[in-house]
This record gives sequence, structure tokens and C-alpha cells, in this order.
Amino acid sequence: MTKVELRGVGIAYESEVVVSELDLTVSSGEWLALIGPNGAGKTTILRAIARLVSYQGEIQIDGKAVHNLTGRELARRVAMVMQEPHMPDGMSVSQYVLLGRSPHLTYFGKEGRTDHRVVADILERLSLDRLAARPLDHLSGGERQRAAIARALAQQAPVLLVDEPTSSLDVGRQQEVLELIDALRAEQGLTVIAAMHELTLAGQYADRLALLVGGKLVAVGAPADVLTEPAIAIHYHAHVRVLSLNGSGRAVVPVRSHLPSPPGEVVP
Amino acid sequence: MLILGRRLPAPPAPPLALLQGLPRLPWVWAVAGLAALLGAATLGVLVGPVHIGLGTVVQALLAPIPWFGASSVDPSQASILWSLRIPRVVLGALVGGMLATAGAAYQGVFRNPLADPYLLGAAAGANLGATLAIAFAPGSSLIGVNLVPLAGFVGAALAVAGAYALGRTVTGLRNTIGLILAGVAIAAFFNAIQTYIQQAQTNNIRQVYSWILGRLVTAGWDGVLLVLPYVAISVAVILLHRRLLDALSVGDEEVTSLGISARRVRLIVVVAATLGTAAVVAIAGTIAFVGIIIPHTVRLLVGRSYRVVIPLSLLFGAAFLVLADTAARTVAAPAELPIGVITAFIGAPFFIVVMRSTRAAAL
Repeated sequence: MTKVELRGVGIAYESEVVVSELDLTVSSGEWLALIGPNGAGKTTILRAIARLVSYQGEIQIDGKAVHNLTGRELARRVAMVMQEPHMPDGMSVSQYVLLGRSPHLTYFGKEGRTDHRVVADILERLSLDRLAARPLDHLSGGERQRAAIARALAQQAPVLLVDEPTSSLDVGRQQEVLELIDALRAEQGLTVIAAMHELTLAGQYADRLALLVGGKLVAVGAPADVLTEPAIAIHYHAHVRVLSLNGSGRAVVPVRSHLPSPPGEVVP
Repeated sequence: MLILGRRLPAPPAPPLALLQGLPRLPWVWAVAGLAALLGAATLGVLVGPVHIGLGTVVQALLAPIPWFGASSVDPSQASILWSLRIPRVVLGALVGGMLATAGAAYQGVFRNPLADPYLLGAAAGANLGATLAIAFAPGSSLIGVNLVPLAGFVGAALAVAGAYALGRTVTGLRNTIGLILAGVAIAAFFNAIQTYIQQAQTNNIRQVYSWILGRLVTAGWDGVLLVLPYVAISVAVILLHRRLLDALSVGDEEVTSLGISARRVRLIVVVAATLGTAAVVAIAGTIAFVGIIIPHTVRLLVGRSYRVVIPLSLLFGAAFLVLADTAARTVAAPAELPIGVITAFIGAPFFIVVMRSTRAAAL
């Protein structure tokens, strides 16, 4: 069970400020979704927690500053599932997932029995055991996403960062992947921080939402507090209806604001 | 199991083949590689202007072993074998194995199928060094070592170090692209200087040209002893990086998120591969294509994991160069063809055949 804290975090690419003055605390075992319009800095924040970009301010995992950890120490605490993970052609699922054991190996180390056992258990848990020997380039979109999650789980890190877990998946696979992440969070006490652009999914799976606009945090709280029609109109410039689902869950439905003009008619 | 009336839980059965689909060195191919090397070496020792039979070769090989001491091998034949043919075969194996292993390593750290051991300017640097030595200090030596190979070694090492330093300063590009472009620039610059000197010193042009095309001319074991330590260290370091080379295939960013420093792996592997490449190039010249063709052939036949590609490239690279060298000195006997001509002439069509008959997607 692990807490993640960001204090006064600022991130700039070259001279362009992408995230500024961000304070955010993610409790142990919580699912926090980073939401916001395109370019709001959601992915950048995940990359900063995984120390893939340099940042100002302080990011702590269970009170330990991320910048003081070695690469391996950090990878044993934080695992990241990229939006479009690179999956080398010809590499088998088991070999790919076994890469997730790297943080537990020394530089010249070789995977041992324990590593194989951990990977075998994860493959079984994610129903990938029958695909263990299959090359990654032969997998479907949903299977690839499961393989990417399996590799992150093999790191046995308490914090799981997920970047747009449902992009390019059909609605069935979207539910499957999110239910899986939620179940794993409960089973293994993971702290999940996910960048999500699907508000309806974020509003049902996450405990809390952090709404970012232009690199600044404008709202944070339960879905019911953050996903309001006025807030979405202001920050996304979108016309939506927000529906209440399953108690605290929220669904966001885009609504067309103007009816199209009949053909031939000239709109003044 | 019953001990003092209490049933102990059965120990968990050791799982066999717990994980399927992990790359393993296929024994068939490892044995095939050893057999190819042995066959090529046997051919290399047997073939030459003076006929020496297989029996004589076996006797000569056994002669230094105490129990087989009393040998009836003609001393002149023994001398041909021990001071000409055997060292040449061993040198060929070292050079071929090194170039193929370094090529595979470069392809791994640069994630680029077109990478070869000369990618960062090792060949251009060696050529320039050797040309300078041939043109301005012919026949000289430094501390008992002929200056030409020494200059070739230093030139190769300097070129790669320069490309690395230059590539590291390029920002805004992916790390490997910056390095590759720096290597291209360094190689072009060194080639320009080398061509200028070569044209200005036309009396040495033949010697320079023959050096560039590569040859394994050797008398005695000096060449072997010179390259052996470099090749041994270089190959050992690259072999130790097999797992990390596989890990690098997911890209710099993801490998970093797994706690592996892509930069560090790249630096160590490039230094090791360059050390070995510079040593063999200094002795044998800039033999082309081995570093590309052998690793790719292995990949096409056996798979892409570096756990398999590196050791098999070592074996098949060694066998291939011994065979190419045997062809180089027999095809136009008594004249000797440059070995670089043979490696490309045999290697390229062979590679095309392998490529066409297997899944080209494996590249």
C-alpha cells in the first residue's frame, strides 16, 4: 500500500511549460484518474512520476523522493503501462512479460525460478497462459493491452501508472481491461494513477478525478463533484448531459447542440 | 510422508517448462555451428599450394601432446602447418567471429537492422590510421609492434570515440539517431582525408588499397596473439549483455521504466564491440559484410532473441570467414584475392537465398 505525493511540480519541454504548480496526493490503494482536454498534461504527469521527464518540485512515493531513487529502486515501486507500448516483432508474450522482472535482477543477472514463477502466475491470472509462446505481433488489440499490463505487474510495484488504457479498444475490451485493473487493484492493493480521456469510463472506475486544463489542476474530487455539465462546457467546450449511474458513478453523454439545417436551406 | 504420525505437506513438485516461448539456444544449431567451424578449419588447413594430407595434419596436431610425441611428420610440412596454415585459420576464426558478434551487438544497441561494426566510423578511422602510417612512416614500428596495425587500431578507436562524443551532444533527436548521424559524419570526414592522402601518395596506393580490402596474411602467431585478448574481452562482455540487448528492443523510454539505463548499456556494448573490432581490423583490414550478413542469417534461421543470435553469430561468423579466406587464397592461386571481395561475393547471394526461403519478416 503506497501513497504518491506531488508538491509544486512543474514540467517544461524546452521552454514550453506543460505542467505548473501541481499539488496532488494519491492515497494508498486509490484509483485516481487524470482527466482533461488534449494537451492538458495528463501523460506528462505520469511520465514525471516514472521519472521519464525531468521536473521541478517534489514527487514522493511513500515519503521517498523519486529523484533520490536508483532506476531499479524506482522500477520496483512504480510500473507504467504506456499508451502505445512498443512490442518487438517476434518476441513471445512470456519473454515480453519476463522483461518486467528486470528491476529485480542485477545488471548481468539472469532470471531465476522465482521470476519464472511470478510471470507464470501473472500470465494465468490475465488469461494469457495459453498465449505464452505466441509472438506479440500475432496478438489482438485487447491481448496486447493485457500483455502490456502483465509486464507492468511482473515488476511487482505497488504503484501502477496507466496511460489511456482503453484507446484503440472496442467497448467490450475497454470494460474488460478496466475491470481487470480494478480487480488487480483490490487483490494486490495497488495504487492506480491513470490518464483517461473517456470521461464516462473515468467517472465509473476511478475513486477520484483530477481535472487538468493547460497543465493546471482545476478540480479534484469524486466523479459526482468533478463531472458537472458546466465544468465540462467550460473546460472541454462540449455540450453534454451528465447522468448518474450506480450511485456515485457518472456517465457523460455528448449532445449535439444544433440540429443540422435541411439541405439547400441557407442559414443566415 | 508420515513422520511421528503427522502428515507433512508434500513438497511442491518442481515445475517443468514453467514458461513456454522463452528463447533457448537450440542445440541443433549450436552443434551445426561448431561442425561448420570445424569443417571450415579442416578445409583451411588442408588446402594450399603444398599438398598435405589429412593424416599428416592429424599427426602434426597430436605431436605436441606427450603421449603421441613420436611423430613422423616431415619437418617442412610441420612448419607449413604450424607457422602458416593453422595460425591463419585461427586468425580467420577470431576475425570472423568478432565481426559477426560486434555486428549483432551494434544492431541490438541501435535497434537498427542495417547497423554493422563500422557504423560509428571504425572502418574509416582504421583506414585513415593505416594510410597515414603507410604513407608517412613506411616500415616503422613502435616498441616492436609494426606501426600500420597500431595506427589502424588507434584510428578506429578515435573515430568511434569522436562519433560518440559528437552524438551525445546532439539534442532534439532520438539518442541512437544522433549517434548514427555523428558516425556518418565522422566516417565521411575521415574518408575524405584518407582519399586525399592516398591520391597524393600514389606510390603507396597499392599497399593502401590492399590493406583496405582486407587480408589474413600472417606468418606465425603474432597476429593471433595480438588480437586474442581484445576479442576475448569484447566477446565476453557482449555475451554478458544478451538479456539487456533483448530488453533494449522495447525502446529507450520503456527500458528506462524497467530500471535499465539504455545509455549505460549502449556505452558499454559499443566500447566492447569497438575494442574488438578495432583490434581485428588493425590486423586484417576492413573486411566488409560479415557483421551484417551473419547475424541476419542467424536471425532468419533461428529467431531474433540476442540470447541466441549472439552465440550463434560468433560460431557462424568464425566458420564463414575461415571458409572465405580459404577461397580467397585458392580461387586465383597463386595470386590471392582480397578477402573482402570474397565475403561480399559469397555472402550477398547466400544471404539473398536465405532471405527468400524464410520469413523475411524476421528481420
